[in-house]
Amino acid sequence: MEFEPPYLFPDYRSTLLRAPQRTLVRLPDDWFEMAPGPAFGRIPVRPEDADLTRQHAAEPLGERIIVTGRVLDSDAQPVRHTLVEVWQCNAAGRYVDPADQHPAPLDPNFTGAGRCLTDGEGRYRFVSVKPGAYPWKNHHNAWRPAHIHFSVFGPALASRLVTQMYFPGDPLQAHDPIFQSVPDPRGRERLVAAFDPEITEPEWALGYSWDIVLRGHGATPVET
Amino acid sequence: MSPTPALPAGEGVKGPTPSQTVGPFFGFAMPFEDGPQAAGEGVRVEGQVLDGAGEPVPDALIEVAHDSQFARCGTDAEGAFHFVVAKGLPFLEVTVFARGLLRQLPTRMYFPDQLAAHAQDPVLRLVGDRRDTLIARDEGGALRFDIRLQGAGETVFFEI
Repeated sequence: MEFEPPYLFPDYRSTLLRAPQRTLVRLPDDWFEMAPGPAFGRIPVRPEDADLTRQHAAEPLGERIIVTGRVLDSDAQPVRHTLVEVWQCNAAGRYVDPADQHPAPLDPNFTGAGRCLTDGEGRYRFVSVKPGAYPWKNHHNAWRPAHIHFSVFGPALASRLVTQMYFPGDPLQAHDPIFQSVPDPRGRERLVAAFDPEITEPEWALGYSWDIVLRGHGATPVET
Repeated sequence: MSPTPALPAGEGVKGPTPSQTVGPFFGFAMPFEDGPQAAGEGVRVEGQVLDGAGEPVPDALIEVAHDSQFARCGTDAEGAFHFVVAKGLPFLEVTVFARGLLRQLPTRMYFPDQLAAHAQDPVLRLVGDRRDTLIARDEGGALRFDIRLQGAGETVFFEI
């Protein structure tokens, strides 16, 4: 089975007028792996960008969480010093984005956007609060499972990835067309973080681990 | 209950993480200061993202890149985006993200002042008779590059 979602997935209604109808043009093998990825260096990354609970005067409401893992290439080699961006709604299920009209409260102490660079072992780490579920108008009584949006660059055009991380044991996943658009159940499993008692910090925050595997090989040539 | 031991490097990894849509609510997070401005002075490119009904797509995110040049711009209520890149580039790698796109759509924008060089371009040769969708139009002062996701005049996108 296929691990990537199709462009046209009618259960997710927004795909109907946005999925291309023409066959995508196939470039020679490895084309996107050989093409260097975007030079993301203009995107500012400050140390405080990795802690979404300390961007305002006080702490946001919600379950404090630590989300960490490694960014790897398809050979399981670490992708070092690459940019990871995250964004999410608050603990009540509301995005700070003005386009979000869900009548749940905004949290004056939470924006929900973060950035960090992976370290020398390909590791990223964010502190945040667990995002809430929220309704959307895709179909009657549609609710998105809790998720954090991730954007990762990597070394090649092939490795550029925008995806969503989900939380273990969320019953809404079974009803969510965006999550279910990944055909292979093993692929859907790759989108779900694991609760990790090793990452959990006593009296402070729940820990989740989630590794991200980018398309492509040879992410980290041997340093000389 | 004993804690699960940490996996050694490479263990438990089964393949690439699937893509998911950028969704509609990235506008507070993904744009960055001067994101569309890859070069102080250069070529300004303007365009619009349109869906299969010809309607503007107000929640798309466009990234363009070539060598050290990188720009990012979200579309506005009219589906419009713009960026400024250095002069003299042959083409830009363009990536489209949007609500309703479960995966990104890669394409290219070619500069119209370098058509002679484009005659031998391996990508344009593969594209064939739909190549015009990849060539920006010179509108005097700015280049125009619209992205049609579906239907008449659909932009050529590449399989990634």
